[in-house]
Amino acid sequence: MGAQLRVYRRRMRSVKATKKITKAMELISASRIVKAQQRVSASTPYANELTRAVSAVASFSSTNHPLTTSSENPIRAAILIISADRGMAGAYSNNAIKEGEQLAALLKERGLATTSYLVGRKAANYYRFRNRTVAGAWSGFSDNPTYEDAKQVANALIEAFIADAQVDPAGVDEIHIVFTEFKSMLTQNAMAKRMLPLEVVESDTPAPTGLLPMYEFEPNAEVVLNALLPRYIEARVFNAMLQSAASEHAARRRAMKSATDNADDLIKSLTRLANAARQAEITQEISEIVGGADALASASAGSE
Amino acid sequence: MTLNVELVSPTERVWSGKASFVSARTVEGDLGILSDHAPLFGVLVDGAVSIKGIDGSTTEFTVSGGFISVSNNRVSILTETVSK
Repeated sequence: MGAQLRVYRRRMRSVKATKKITKAMELISASRIVKAQQRVSASTPYANELTRAVSAVASFSSTNHPLTTSSENPIRAAILIISADRGMAGAYSNNAIKEGEQLAALLKERGLATTSYLVGRKAANYYRFRNRTVAGAWSGFSDNPTYEDAKQVANALIEAFIADAQVDPAGVDEIHIVFTEFKSMLTQNAMAKRMLPLEVVESDTPAPTGLLPMYEFEPNAEVVLNALLPRYIEARVFNAMLQSAASEHAARRRAMKSATDNADDLIKSLTRLANAARQAEITQEISEIVGGADALASASAGSE
Repeated sequence: MTLNVELVSPTERVWSGKASFVSARTVEGDLGILSDHAPLFGVLVDGAVSIKGIDGSTTEFTVSGGFISVSNNRVSILTETVSK
């Protein structure tokens, strides 16, 4: 076998091995998207009920709760960025990190300092490489978050929010969250949202039918709000994590699909090259034999 | 009249359907809800929630903390962890 042909065959073997891996990852992600989507929809009723309850309590009670009123001169804001633990998901983590950078720039314009809370190894690595200080980082559950994980993250945020930002360097006045919204299998959007203080919209127009009745609170609105808001933040963080996990799988599936397609193309063109090399080798051998026979024939013809 | 009851946790919808009576324990004490109850929002303590379905069967759940909200014959119970 000629050297050229051997080189082509070696490259084809290596591309085929890579293709098997990317194909397997594509299939795994594809099956996990469905599960992740189901988890998003399973958490939706809880999140919806909580949101309904929070808006009811916040708009119908006269309590001025620290969680619903914005600080008069905010000085610091927390940004929670949800990214992936592993790569191989195209631009998924980068999009979330970039969205976070934009949000930080926006907050800086408003004169706010920012502290960062990171979920996922990718965001943590990005920040560590740039020597930035991080207020909190969690990893190891980005593709399958549990409510306990969300609770841990939410508790750190609530603690920072309750601390007085004017005197405590760890305190913050606002909490923003950056996550990847799962719209469909094909569309996922990195987006930033403000979690706290709540934006309670007070409108003069009558509420649409069946919305937000006058509740009696047991024991009273303040206690209810105190108990309700941490749960609300937890549910929001949990929902963002689940959506991000679904988006991560979708992004990985897409990246791995294009890697597999690319490997197919490479194998095809390498096969062509290897065939041409083999054919060239055969042609050369034939012409060598013919040339040799010719030389023998003319040599023996000369001797007679 | 019947109550539309939903018992939900962060990870799943545990029970949903029509019921004639719901009882739960709030921080103020035990609470029973029949249809046409006034709008109410309460904080639950750890304890039992029982739902009596319209077919007469009673289902008991043990919840750890949570909330109950009642409005327009719609009862929703939110809790972090539930067990039967």
